[in-house]
Amino acid sequence: MTYEQLLIQTALEDERFVVMTAENRALVRNAPAALGVRFIDTGITEQTMIGMAAGLALRGRIPVVHALAPFLTMRAYEFIRTDLGIARLPVKLSGYIPGFLSDGNGPTHQSIEDVSIMRGIPGMEVYCPADEDDLVGMLPAIWSSPAPAYVRINHKKGNYSHTPYVPGKAEVVARGTDVTLLVYGFLFGNALQAKAILEREGFSVGLINMRSLKPVDDEAIVGAALESGRLVTIEDHLQTGGLYSVVAEVLLRWRMTADVLSLSLGERWFKPGLLDQVLETEGFTPEKMAAKIKNANSFTYAQ
Amino acid sequence: MTTNELEHLRETALRVREHIIRMSQGGGCFIGASLSCVELMVYCYSHVIRRRGGARPDGGSGDLGRDYLFLSKGHDVPALYGTFAELGLMDEGRLANHLSTADSIYWHPNRNIPGVEFHSGSLGHLPAVAAGVALDCKLRGGDNRVVVITGDGELNEGSVWETLLVANAYGLDNLTLVVDRNQFQANIRTEDLIPLEPLADKFSAFGCAVQRIDGHDFRTLEIAFAHAGVKGKVNVIIADTVRGKGLASIEARADRWFCSFSAAEVGQLIQELHGQVKATIQSETLVVR
Repeated sequence: MTYEQLLIQTALEDERFVVMTAENRALVRNAPAALGVRFIDTGITEQTMIGMAAGLALRGRIPVVHALAPFLTMRAYEFIRTDLGIARLPVKLSGYIPGFLSDGNGPTHQSIEDVSIMRGIPGMEVYCPADEDDLVGMLPAIWSSPAPAYVRINHKKGNYSHTPYVPGKAEVVARGTDVTLLVYGFLFGNALQAKAILEREGFSVGLINMRSLKPVDDEAIVGAALESGRLVTIEDHLQTGGLYSVVAEVLLRWRMTADVLSLSLGERWFKPGLLDQVLETEGFTPEKMAAKIKNANSFTYAQ
Repeated sequence: MTTNELEHLRETALRVREHIIRMSQGGGCFIGASLSCVELMVYCYSHVIRRRGGARPDGGSGDLGRDYLFLSKGHDVPALYGTFAELGLMDEGRLANHLSTADSIYWHPNRNIPGVEFHSGSLGHLPAVAAGVALDCKLRGGDNRVVVITGDGELNEGSVWETLLVANAYGLDNLTLVVDRNQFQANIRTEDLIPLEPLADKFSAFGCAVQRIDGHDFRTLEIAFAHAGVKGKVNVIIADTVRGKGLASIEARADRWFCSFSAAEVGQLIQELHGQVKATIQSETLVVR
């Protein structure tokens, strides 16, 4: 099942659902015909769309709101924080082409701080599925929660058979004693391949698909820190405020520390281009990630 | 404008369109919105924007006396780079680096390309940036002209209208806002989604001096820019254009927004541009980015 099929089915079964977009129909091309007046396109007006979503939610609706992730999370940020956050309204935000998925668009379209800023709104939940199957598996729980939620939409097909989603829990794909890779979203597939490369070289490698960044699965992170000599956080996101920060917060909460290598964007936007080239240039191919993990000196991390 | 000048502009526009068509393969580009503003771009860089500082279209960063052109709609960057290449402001060979991480020729303007005044891609930003530049030109007593080109769909964004309120409050008559009125936003006609008409009345109500012209006619562009100097007001030119202008198989079609064509299709489209054959397009073009 695709994202759109699930969305339309959900809305047809429950008339509280309305589908909104700020004129980004990539994910919802068939929704206008299927949903009629419950499909609302506000044009290129991210702030107004969020304000209207708040109004619709006040009347008992559950708006599922679409826009490109950077404009949804940043253009409308204060509306999200103030109208949805303060009022704790069940508006579900679907951010399209987050992280590396904006490929050749350039920095204006790079949503690489979305996890950080959306995490910063009290009551807002943040989800980052690994691929379309994972996304479709997670959404029923996300959409039925009374909380506002941001989903880093990843519509790419994967080739991994995921376990069922348990709300707030990560998917522990494998446990390992040398290193555990913590990853979310689109980079899951490459992390899975990096794990295989490292295993061929004799390492014992764990892998966790984080799925939910807020609430976060403390147990999965603490367990990995206890079992593995090293953790690696992998994300197409700035280092600040994303998974690396989440892991730091969790470890501190449990009065622990660990060797943590961050594979992230540091303090810059990535070089735009076709997706495969972006991954190569930025060092996020399975081979390049495996090499970085293998060669990292345990005291020179945080890069 | 002399007949020779007019002919030269037309020939330049034709070659810019060829560049745009070539950039629509190997990952694609926003071809429709690029083709609609070719005359506008060519005219501005040939006759409106003074490049006092030398070869660079922005005159170099230290030139406070130059004119400015801000490209706010962003998707039309192939038209900008095609124009730069034709006017000798950019090495034509660089256009082949489109979407390579080794260069900075991607889907939106950025200042790694000399001559791009400011990056864009997030709509409704550059009218405000241009207003800031125009305000400083006034504060320093300069006679610089500041032009900002927006899309029509872009006018959905409230920030455009906030800028007009503020810019008129400050009497920024050195600011000219040009709307590439190609009637489309992404895959929908503007009037079928968020209607803009009567557009001239809206700008007038916000305090602007408004002209409405054929955006593909160099002679009317000349007249419009010559008259876009009404004192005390932001001057607005609504340039009526056709999305995909020049290619019959692209023109004014909702599904020809972002297109990624095969090499064979590009070859046919270039022939179509020259009126030789009608292209047969088989690539999926309703790509929504």
